[in-house]
Amino acid sequence: MEIPFEHRQSAHCETGVAANLLSHYGLDVNEAMAFGIGSGLFFGYLPFIRLNHLPLTTYRITTGGILKRLTKRLGVTLRMTCFRNPRKAMDELDRKLAEGVPVGCQTGGYWLPYFPQAYRFHFNMHNLVVIGREGDDYLISDPIFETPVVCHRRDLLKARFAKGALAPKGKMYFVEGVPAATDFPRAIKRGMREVGRTMLKAPVSLIGVKGIRKLARQVELWPQKFGPEKSRLYLGQVIRMQEEIGTGGAGFRFIYAAFLQQAAEVLALPRVRELSAEMTAIGDRWRQFAVSGARQCKGRARPEDSYDAMAATVRECADREAALYHELLSLA
Amino acid sequence: MHKENVPQDVGLAGPLREVVYAVGEDGRYEAVPSYGWDPKTVALRQAWELILKELETIKARVAAGELSPLAWHMTRHQMQPPLLAKYARINRWRIRRHMKAGPFRRLKPELLARYAEALGIPAEDLKRIPDTTDLEFSTNRTHESE
Repeated sequence: MEIPFEHRQSAHCETGVAANLLSHYGLDVNEAMAFGIGSGLFFGYLPFIRLNHLPLTTYRITTGGILKRLTKRLGVTLRMTCFRNPRKAMDELDRKLAEGVPVGCQTGGYWLPYFPQAYRFHFNMHNLVVIGREGDDYLISDPIFETPVVCHRRDLLKARFAKGALAPKGKMYFVEGVPAATDFPRAIKRGMREVGRTMLKAPVSLIGVKGIRKLARQVELWPQKFGPEKSRLYLGQVIRMQEEIGTGGAGFRFIYAAFLQQAAEVLALPRVRELSAEMTAIGDRWRQFAVSGARQCKGRARPEDSYDAMAATVRECADREAALYHELLSLA
Repeated sequence: MHKENVPQDVGLAGPLREVVYAVGEDGRYEAVPSYGWDPKTVALRQAWELILKELETIKARVAAGELSPLAWHMTRHQMQPPLLAKYARINRWRIRRHMKAGPFRRLKPELLARYAEALGIPAEDLKRIPDTTDLEFSTNRTHESE
């Protein structure tokens, strides 16, 4: 049994799932639009959360947040359920599939056998859509892959009940109702406002533009604090979070620029198109930071790749992003 | 980033292409498939090399009769005691004990089976360390099996 479902490969799993699911119900939403309306853009330098013993840097909001805001802002009814009992979680999935409803699931990445080994970390923020079933084999539209994949029931169950931080607890979701008309301009503006607010006005110094400045300061301090060896590990972790699969490049900055470009058209605001170009330029600077960082990690740093120079690049990103968010707030 | 600058450096995921966003000729953003990007691969490889290095250290300590193979398999599957505790439903302090060679040798088969299940490996594999680590990365554009 297979539900006719258009699989579009995406950069990021949650926005890809969101866009594909909503498109299935006739809403014209692509990944960048989903990311923008759902206010996915973020920055957080969170040294108290450790990933492989290294501080967490994140360029996006927590998992589930994009989907929740996107559906709310577009007036889509999304039913979300968690489970205690794995058997019930699978039965419920089977029941919805039999009704012909594509079902989104939050899973861990580690237990999905179709993942390449290089990406198999205990990372519980992966999203996919189950679109069919043949006995014990489930057909899955996993947005980060080029084509739909097949996954055995045993593995899917394990992935849905992955343990650890942000455990998915079998979470599944499906669309229950789509409104007759959606107010895209309003949804887009709300999405833009929220990004502006969190990035500029977060009350803690680890989040938003302040967080980016904090990261810049830390990058400067690492060599004295930890020595070359450990600094490289810290640096590598930041680059990994910024450029890893799912970010669309430059820690989601390019996806957001794509969103701003579309938003300019919908809102008929040419200035937003210029902001999109500025966001692209900022993304290119983040990429420059990654290039320098990678050379530093490989021990092939050129003079322009010093920790101070990298910190300056990050600081430049902070300044330019701050100006951009101020303008977003005034326009939205 | 412009479309023609989208990097196509094959990384550790081999033939798998991912999507990145870039500006096309007409100035509009497009989702462009990419094999990967070297700076990103450097960072990813660094994370794996850390794991591989730790595996070597543990292997030596197991050979010295200090640690148990369980400690090795945990690192192989990137599990620290708190995470494995949740999967195997065994107290983390007990797990810490079982990571030592002596207590591990006296483990009952039932408990071994629980560990094996939680790590997703056959129970007999848990008692030894394989000669070669089965962590392989494909760095080709085509599937090697084809």
